Formats: sequence, C-alpha cells, structure tokens
Amino acid sequence: MAKTESTFKNMVLSLTLIALGSSAGLGFVYEMTKEPIALSVLNKKLNAIREVVPEFDNNPNEEMYKMSTGEGDSLEIYPARKNGEIIGYAVNTYTNEGFGGYINLMAGFKPDGTIINISVLQQKETPGLGTKMSDPGFKDQFMEKNPAEFSLKVIKDGGPVDAITAATISSRAFCDAIGRAYNTLQKGGQK
Amino acid sequence: MEYILIVISAVFINNVVLAQYLGVCPFLGVSNKVNTALGMAGAVVFVIVLATMVTYLIQTYVLEKLGIGFMQTITFILVIAALVQMVEIILKKISQPLYQALGIFLPLITTNCAVLGVAILVIKKDYNLLEGVVYGASTAIGFGLAMVILAGIREQLELADIPKGMKGVPLSLVIAGILALAFMGFTGIVK
Amino acid sequence: MNQLQNFTKGFFRENPILVLVLGTCPTLATTTSALNGMGMGVATTFVLIGSNAVISLLSNVIPDKVRIPAFIVIIASFVTIVDLLMQAFVPGLYETLGIFIPLIVVNCIVLGRAEAFASKNSVLSSFFDGLGMGLGFTMALGIMGAFREIVGSGSIFGYKFIPGDGILVFILAPGAFWVLGYLIALINRLKRT
Repeated sequence: MAKTESTFKNMVLSLTLIALGSSAGLGFVYEMTKEPIALSVLNKKLNAIREVVPEFDNNPNEEMYKMSTGEGDSLEIYPARKNGEIIGYAVNTYTNEGFGGYINLMAGFKPDGTIINISVLQQKETPGLGTKMSDPGFKDQFMEKNPAEFSLKVIKDGGPVDAITAATISSRAFCDAIGRAYNTLQKGGQK
Repeated sequence: MEYILIVISAVFINNVVLAQYLGVCPFLGVSNKVNTALGMAGAVVFVIVLATMVTYLIQTYVLEKLGIGFMQTITFILVIAALVQMVEIILKKISQPLYQALGIFLPLITTNCAVLGVAILVIKKDYNLLEGVVYGASTAIGFGLAMVILAGIREQLELADIPKGMKGVPLSLVIAGILALAFMGFTGIVK
Repeated sequence: MNQLQNFTKGFFRENPILVLVLGTCPTLATTTSALNGMGMGVATTFVLIGSNAVISLLSNVIPDKVRIPAFIVIIASFVTIVDLLMQAFVPGLYETLGIFIPLIVVNCIVLGRAEAFASKNSVLSSFFDGLGMGLGFTMALGIMGAFREIVGSGSIFGYKFIPGDGILVFILAPGAFWVLGYLIALINRLKRT
C-alpha cells in the first residue's frame, strides 16, 4: 500500500484533502438533487390527495393548513377547489393503535363531512391480515358514509364497520385514524 | 411508562436482529459460545449507548443547525469508528482475556449495521436524547438476548450429527429463523 | 488472474453473499421481492465500483495508518451520492429500501473489497472486481428475492399469478433466514461436487 509514509504531517494532510474532496463532491450532488427530491416529495403528497378527493384545479399543497386535534398535535388539511369552490378536503391523519404501531392515512371528505375515499400511506401491519386495510374490499365500505351518522366502530364493538377477518386491531386502528381526521376537520370549520 | 414501552418493544417485539435484520453478521459469527456472546453483547451495548448519545448531539447541534443533513451517513460512521477504537484500547487495558476472546470481532463492531442502524433510527423516530439512549440500550440488550439464545442452542448442538452442507452458517440461519418465528409471537403484547 | 476471471469470480466462486457470507443484513431485509432485492444490488454495485476505483487511485497517496478512516470517508461519500440520486429519481424504490441504503456503508462487502483488493491493485482491476462482486451480489439477491416473492406473495416482478396470498411466512423474517440458510447450504453442497 503505502508509498506515502505515515508521518503525522502526511496523515493529517491526506485526511484533510479527502475530507475536503468528499465534502465538495457531496455538496455538488446535493445541490443537483435538491430540486428533484423536493419535487418527488411534493408529487407523492399530491398523488395521495388526488386519490381521495375529486378532480381539482388549485394547488392543495399551497393552501394547506394545520388544525389541532385536541390531543396535543395537529393534522395537515389540504383543501381541494374547482373554479374557486371547495369540493373536498384531504386530511393527512394517523393512528398509533395499529397492531404494528403507527399508521398514516390520507382521508378525503366532502364539505359536508361525508367520506369520499381513503388512501393508506404508511403502515406496518401483518402482511395478509392488517395489510388488507389497503384493499378496496375493506376500504370501500367507508365511501359515501358520514361519520356524523355512521359510527366508526367495528361490529364487535357494536358498530357497523365490517372488520378484516382476524385483524380486528388493525381495523379498529383504521377507524381511529378516520375518526381523528373527521373530528379535526370539523373543528377547523370550512374555509 | 413510555420508556418501559420503548424497552419492551425494542427487546422483544421489534428485536433488532430477529425482526429488523440488523447485526446479523456478528450474530452469526460470535454465537458459538455463550461466554463470547455475552462479552460481545456487553461491548455492543456500550458502543451503542455512547454512539446514540454522540450522534444525536451532532445531528441536532451541527447537522441540522447548518442544514447539512446529507452529511449524516459520513459523520455517524466516523463517530462509530472512533468509539470502537476507544473501546478496543480500553478493553486491552482492563481485560486482556476478553480482548483476546473477542479478537477480530471488536473492530467488526464498526461495521455492525445494528450500531449505525440504531443511530439513524433514533433520528427517524424523532426520539429525544433520553428516549434515544434508552432505545439504543434496549436494542443492544435485544441483540445480546438473541445472540445468547443462539449460542446456548449451538452449544447444545455441538455433539449432534449435522449434514455437512448445513454445518455452520446455514444451521445458524435456520435456527435464527425459528427464533424469529418465536419472537413474532410477541407482537401485540403492548396493545 | 486476467480481467475476465477477475470479473466473473464475483458470480460463483467468490460470490459475496453465498460463498463469502458478507452483506447478510441487506440480503435478508430487501429480498421480499425480486425487484427490491435487485434494486438493492444495483445500488450496492454503484458504491462498490465508485469506492473501489477511487481507493485504488489514491492507494499510493493514503498513509497506511489512516487508511481505514480514509476508506470509510470515501465509501460513505459514494453511499450518500447514491442515496441522494435514488431519493431524487427512484423515490418508490428509495422508500422501500429505506434505512438499508445508508447501511451500504457498513456492508462488509464494500469495506472488505476496498481493504483486500482495491488498495493493492490497479484501478482497472479494482473496477472490474467491484463490478463483478456487485453483479454477483445483485444476482444472488435477485434469486432469493424471486423465490421469496413467488412462494410468499404469488407474484414475480410485481405480476401476480395467483388470486390470494402465498405462504406469507416467506416474506417475513423467519422465511428470510430459512431461505438464505438453505441457499447457502445448497451452494456448499454444489461446491463439493
């Protein structure tokens, strides 16, 4: 290896040069990728919003506002408009009650509070069981239901929600997240 | 109370080796004698606790302050490498036999993905300093637990007649799979 | 050893994961499907080629006593570059591979090749060594990922060919350990014949 001796001066010099070189290279790549990264993060959010509210012509991300849940944190609410009028709200909601912990959902509501659609953004549920919450077979039963009249409880708890077989905890958690979204949205008042 | 949840979750439910696939190389390499496994586990606990503290401080007060989050990988791994060097020097002074027993596996703690993995996870999970250290220590304990169990089983199997192709690594992997299956039974005890 | 042998050794004789048993963590974690495994393999290959080439280039300039920290900085730089590029251009794969992208820096394959080969050989040889090892790794990940995906999810490359679920345990942790264990045992058996 060393054609260069391991003198103190050489060691410090070579390490410094390498550190400088790598910082420069990294800084360059960072600047180059900053915009594409920001763009893809934005797109991911917009795609999630697109799934749960009808076609809109504004930029929901620009009009995003946070509303406190009453539990010490807040949710992001994205208003969707067409021709200036509000046609729906996409709420980025969550629950910590999942079998695997944290679940992140995007729930779309009509201005009157009726659920339009739900998209599962993040979950760590058991594959084949809790993960079925992303399937239309489970999700779709919430469409067109208004939590003001439609109780977000599973049948086992006296409600109307058909839980996933052998995944009651995941189903309950899902309902918890939707409930949180609805309650927080109601607090916010329609803008 | 929350800290107990962190501990139980890290040791049993999301065991760093058996559920998160971190730290598998030393897990396979050092687990043929219970004593060596214990020694290795101790060294890893020590390094992880120190590493989580230092990397958290660097992330909060240097990387985030200066907006150079992308330097996380480099700084974290350098911190870990330095800490391992330190542990090696200390061990050589205070316990020669343990130092001999761990041999080449000591410097290998640097490349133990569990150490770097835990440091990154603490930042990702948004823990504060104390939570991070508790999480790190629990993770290392979980690592130790898995290694000691595997070592115990392997010691018992020394006299068994094993097909040539399965000897060593493949056998350890199959046992690890069974352990992983067993540990899966812990999911859901926190809810 | 000519360049062809140098390049192909990473595929079978010295396959990094199946023969040398290095890089076990990302192997277990990312082979839930063929595409995920191969994505991981390609990312690792980029880092291998980059770090091998640069380290070989600088091998005469870096004093012996500081070579490990120097290697680490060089490898970590390439890992960060791959991380940023993936975040920008393949966000789906980036999220699936998650924490295992920065963990490439502690993948024993990378530091191992730097120490054992790149620091002692020409840039061209190091380049081919990195490429061969990386592709061998990718191939093994692809095979293991394909097996776990077919048996565990009933799909291949995302295309589902059975209506319901497969044998789910294969895409979970126990299955990962078992498949890798038996794959290595199989290779051990083949090595003897």
